[in-house]
Amino acid sequence: MQPDPARPTANATATGGAALGAVPEAVKPASRNRHGRFLRSFGSFLAVLFLTYLGLLAVTFFIGRVMPIDPVLAIVGDRAPEHVIARVREELGLNKPLWQQFYIYLSKVAQGDFGTSVLTSNPVMQDIRRTFPATIELATLGIVIGAGLGVPLGVWAAVRRGGVVDQIVRVLGLIGYSVPIFWLGLMGLVLFYAKLGWVGGPGRVDVTYEYTLTPVTGFLLIDAARAGQWDAFGNVLSHLILPASLLGYFSLAYISRMTRSFMLNELAQEYVVAARAKGLSETRIIWAHALRNAMVPLVTVIALSYAGLLEGSVLTETVFAWPGLGLYITNSLQNADMNAVLGGTLVVGSVFIGLNLLSDLLYKLLDPRTRVR
Amino acid sequence: MSATTESGDPSPTPSPGGRGSKSANESSLEGSSTEQGPRDRGGSGEAARSAGPPQASAAPSGGREPHAVGERGGLIPWLMSERPTSRRQAAWGRAYGAARTFARNRLAMLGLVIVLALVFVAIFADLLAPYSAYVGDLRTTRLLPPSSAHWFGTDDQGRDILSRVIHGSRITLFVVVLVAVLAAPIGLVVGTVAGYAGGWVDATLMRITDIFLAFPRLILALAFVAALGPGITNAVIAIAITSWPPYARLARAETLTIRQTDYIAAVQLLGASPWRIVLRHIMPLCLSSVIVRVTLDMAGIILTAAGLGFLGLGAQPPMPEWGALIANGRLYVLDQWWVAAAPGAAIFIVSLAFNLLGDGLRDALDPKANQ
Repeated sequence: MQPDPARPTANATATGGAALGAVPEAVKPASRNRHGRFLRSFGSFLAVLFLTYLGLLAVTFFIGRVMPIDPVLAIVGDRAPEHVIARVREELGLNKPLWQQFYIYLSKVAQGDFGTSVLTSNPVMQDIRRTFPATIELATLGIVIGAGLGVPLGVWAAVRRGGVVDQIVRVLGLIGYSVPIFWLGLMGLVLFYAKLGWVGGPGRVDVTYEYTLTPVTGFLLIDAARAGQWDAFGNVLSHLILPASLLGYFSLAYISRMTRSFMLNELAQEYVVAARAKGLSETRIIWAHALRNAMVPLVTVIALSYAGLLEGSVLTETVFAWPGLGLYITNSLQNADMNAVLGGTLVVGSVFIGLNLLSDLLYKLLDPRTRVR
Repeated sequence: MSATTESGDPSPTPSPGGRGSKSANESSLEGSSTEQGPRDRGGSGEAARSAGPPQASAAPSGGREPHAVGERGGLIPWLMSERPTSRRQAAWGRAYGAARTFARNRLAMLGLVIVLALVFVAIFADLLAPYSAYVGDLRTTRLLPPSSAHWFGTDDQGRDILSRVIHGSRITLFVVVLVAVLAAPIGLVVGTVAGYAGGWVDATLMRITDIFLAFPRLILALAFVAALGPGITNAVIAIAITSWPPYARLARAETLTIRQTDYIAAVQLLGASPWRIVLRHIMPLCLSSVIVRVTLDMAGIILTAAGLGFLGLGAQPPMPEWGALIANGRLYVLDQWWVAAAPGAAIFIVSLAFNLLGDGLRDALDPKANQ
């Protein structure tokens, strides 16, 4: 989550830098119509997306193959006779050349086939479909909290620069960058669950509600609301609120800091002076003019920190025994269940890459200046 | 902490540490950077000099450095001179200016003090730890709350948690140093080569960097550790593999601006090979911003390593790694909260220190980046 402050701009310089060598070509499209340029950037977006996915697949494939635990031994055990080992090796396709194995791997993944989990003996895809909604529910509420509080805080800090709120944002940011999330979660559990009893404990819902709720969407809040079970809804919320605020805090630390610096940037612009000279109210200048311009990079920041939350939930889910994808991955890791680990890595990685690139694209779409250039 | 007293006076005590460490890398720049003194890098010293009130120069009267060839009356004027007569004077003057900017930043000094304390504790862990970090008394000292005998309490095997945290500082330092040593050079080489070479080399390297940058770092590190097998060395390798891309990006961006400068053209005319230019003339100039970035990333590295340890994938059980200590304390957290509290606080303090130090270094070395 840290490298991002400079990212959109770094990207801009990267593409700008690449074009430096071929100046005439870079100039030409500027004279073309806007439509074509958009299609071009969308095309390159797709190309980058494809390449990045290919890279991710190559890495997961590589990890699966260089792993010291021999998958054949994992299946037949280390006392199997020689010919059994050879047969299983052939069945798994491990005797083929590497590129062929990679091709088979690719085509299987394209069909959504990540193999079977050793731990749950379900197809990995099925497990992921079961666990992923829990993670999304958690991360979504987290980002709602983080952006909902982080953006106003950041704006406030920028407007009253050096004031109390500014200091608070600074301290919140520093702590957010320095504290181990799993430790904060543990301490939160001790305080709010064990000592004060304000929130529900680990897990998504109390055992009493576990089997009365019929999972339709997999998002328990929505399921409970649809079924009209408001006591269950409250229970789910009491379980959700602590891990979600924890994730929310970490995104808040980042979002408020970025909002602050974007807003400072905008407030120093001349149009703000012009708006003041026109006699607009300060509220209007800040929220309607400056923030609107700051929103452009902010959208990408929020998208990126959402991706970071999906990833960061691995540790949070372990602490809160949250039956999401992160817990699934770590449980599989501890049991050397490589299919499940790689499947989970691929899914999280895909979402992460998707959001990452989407935020780049959004940046280009929303900011007309990057288009004109 | 004692830091507040130390940072109260501007430079005498703190500056040797800050100056010594920084000048080590600054002086390696001298070969090329004197030619472009007024350019951006010179700016740090310039800014410090113009911003720094002259009252500070009264304090450090105890001039020390044996190498101080102070012609014009003492060390400080020599360092602050507007017209350096030698490369070394310019480099030292710049380092001094940066050190003074740094020393004026109280929070950064606090960070530096904590980091130095961490190094100190790690070196003298055997002397400082009151009890053994590995063997406890299962009959009498199991899960004791904090007391005067055991400041942070004891864990489920009767081991003193303070001693284990003290010994854990070695592992943290080991991880941080090793990741920095592995990841920064990779990023530096990839970035500078891509930036200088341009063309398809640039495109390929940067595409690879982008791919790595788009990956979820923690998950990827998890997968790597799963493949390599749990253990502290593998955790370090996994973290290093996933953390070099930002340095490559940074180094490339710097290289692109440096590549256009006159002195590079001059070196090219002199017939220097591309490798020589990259290694001797470009890389040293990228070094300071990469070092700042590495320092800022240290906290992230510590947190990732602790996260891996917490999941049981980093350091293995008898080792007192902080993340693993928290994982152990997690089993007892509802009744014996102190088992997990102390190592977490240690991680927090050290990460915070690195963040403060990094912020201070950035402000001192690169005033432009500071918003």
